[in-house]
Amino acid sequence: MDWLSNNIYAILDNPALKWLLLVMVMVMPLASLLTWAERRQSAMMQDRLGPNRANIGPIKLKGILHFIADAVKMISKEDFIPGSVHRGLFALAPILAIAPVLIAFAIIPFGPTIYPHSYTSTLDVLALATDPAAKPFTDSIRLQVASFDYGLLFYFAVLSVANYGGVVAGWASYNKWALLGGLRSSSQMMSYEVAMGLSLMGCFLLVGSLEPGFIVGNGVSAQMSGSNPLNWLWLWQFPALILFMTAAIAETKRAPFDIPEGEPEIIGYFVEYSGMRWGLFFLAEFIEIVFISAVIATVFFGGWQVPFLDADGFRIGGYVTEINHQWVSTGGWVLKLPHAAVTAMQLGAFGLKVILIAWFQLMIRWTLPRFRADQLMNLGWKVLLPCALGWTMLTALFKLCAIYLGWL
Amino acid sequence: MASHAHDDHEPTTTGPKVLATSTVSPKVRTIAVVRPSEQETSYLAATKAGLGITLRHFAKNLFGRRRTVDQLNKGEHPVPTTAFQKALSVVSPINEIETIQYPEEKAVYPERFRGLHRLMQRDDGQVRCVACMCCPTVCPAHCITIIPEQTDDNGIEKRPAVFEIDELRCVVCGLCVEACPCDAIRMDSGTHAKPVEERADAVMTKDKLIAVSKDNGKNPTSIATQGGVGPNWREGR
Repeated sequence: MDWLSNNIYAILDNPALKWLLLVMVMVMPLASLLTWAERRQSAMMQDRLGPNRANIGPIKLKGILHFIADAVKMISKEDFIPGSVHRGLFALAPILAIAPVLIAFAIIPFGPTIYPHSYTSTLDVLALATDPAAKPFTDSIRLQVASFDYGLLFYFAVLSVANYGGVVAGWASYNKWALLGGLRSSSQMMSYEVAMGLSLMGCFLLVGSLEPGFIVGNGVSAQMSGSNPLNWLWLWQFPALILFMTAAIAETKRAPFDIPEGEPEIIGYFVEYSGMRWGLFFLAEFIEIVFISAVIATVFFGGWQVPFLDADGFRIGGYVTEINHQWVSTGGWVLKLPHAAVTAMQLGAFGLKVILIAWFQLMIRWTLPRFRADQLMNLGWKVLLPCALGWTMLTALFKLCAIYLGWL
Repeated sequence: MASHAHDDHEPTTTGPKVLATSTVSPKVRTIAVVRPSEQETSYLAATKAGLGITLRHFAKNLFGRRRTVDQLNKGEHPVPTTAFQKALSVVSPINEIETIQYPEEKAVYPERFRGLHRLMQRDDGQVRCVACMCCPTVCPAHCITIIPEQTDDNGIEKRPAVFEIDELRCVVCGLCVEACPCDAIRMDSGTHAKPVEERADAVMTKDKLIAVSKDNGKNPTSIATQGGVGPNWREGR
């Protein structure tokens, strides 16, 4: 037990454990709940009631228990594998679809850095910047599994592997419709990944970093606190937000960009799948929604930042000083709060932002009809791509002027 | 002849604008194609308008109040009259969900709804059916079985020893009710055939059919007054 109590913070700071915590506590429940939320929300939008009857005895919870019923159904269904499929690839495809999305969560900063020794007191930000090795700041836990310098490039790289899920599923199924679905999937993903990557280039230019933790912590300008909503990218990169959102929804393969699947009629790449194998594709889609929401919240809406809540409490006014190459906001009127309350609020803010953006994605999905394949390609290559390129150039020009004029 | 048939049609003035026509084959033409405007192809305006509609419905149905089952049945939209109701209708308007959640809430059926059959009785409690075999004859689904027997009553002579309706075969057309000359069979119970676990249980016997009543079992006798209720229907014409 001594060993455990001595090493508890080191264990908690373990990346694998943090990832497990993030996926099991936040991502998976949220993705499962989205399966219910989507049906219920679409019903509300279409003047219906939606699923509200699944119950354990008298407990109904407005039908939230439907996702448990679905899970039980899918797990207990026969795992049917057609005779002519390529068995190895057939089994691999759902894993290829779901694993990269879960891995990509590693780069998302889902909370601030926690300093366990100063948990009950207000964090002394000035002392932290001057002497990070001092006693109250040791054993810090960074609520981000991995912070790479190439940050969001990791996301683009890993999520493009997820596209193989669809293609491999279509190929392995030995079914013409599945193969065509896989082809549609690959063509759509390829077209939209280009626009998606380029739409974020302006953000990277403006912030000067690809690292999501840095984007959340500092925002656009070092002369403002990272918690100031004006310092978040949504205002400065609004066209990029729309472009990224469009491309990201196409990336999740959901309406209005659901030609790879087209559940009701054109039949997608998972036509031969049933039971939990199909469930994995389904779940991967919803996890992607959560992930896209997390990325949009992180890049455009300040991630875990609560408006005007700095590490030591709510601050109005104040200014930013540089200590040891770190930007620390001081001065102004401060409502001092204990470190525990601040971190709890910031974690909650991240969750709330993710839920709101996921809700908005569902709104879009149930508002727009599906694009035709040629409209999809036209939108991707002739609208989104030039717009993203143009916006990147405009941002670069703006940054050049800002540097020349001494704004940044 | 083919060219004649073609010539019957006057060239229409509407349609795409013809830029050039082939000299070899007049059917081959170059037309001006109308492409959708930039505003349409950007999809942004339509998306915004669509989101507005769905968001309005979503908010109204999420935060609004449901109409009561009674109001849903009658198709009534309550209009706020008092100041409090008006204020409430701003915060929480009546939503647009029309669903009646069946087992707990029930839709009121129209008066002429054809429900489960019932057999009527005379004033003295005898079954009204005289086993004339009109209903099994007219029944398109052959779901009525009648085995007649003789009675001591010389005025009636026949009565059903067995009267069975297979509710699984019944197509609820109501022809048996139309065919009955003595108002013995009716479908005005307002209820459905009960769900059963075995097929045999779906066969309604004579006793069961007599026990079915209009007010859902509260008053188990189904007595029809001889000659009908009220004044003779022949009078007043």
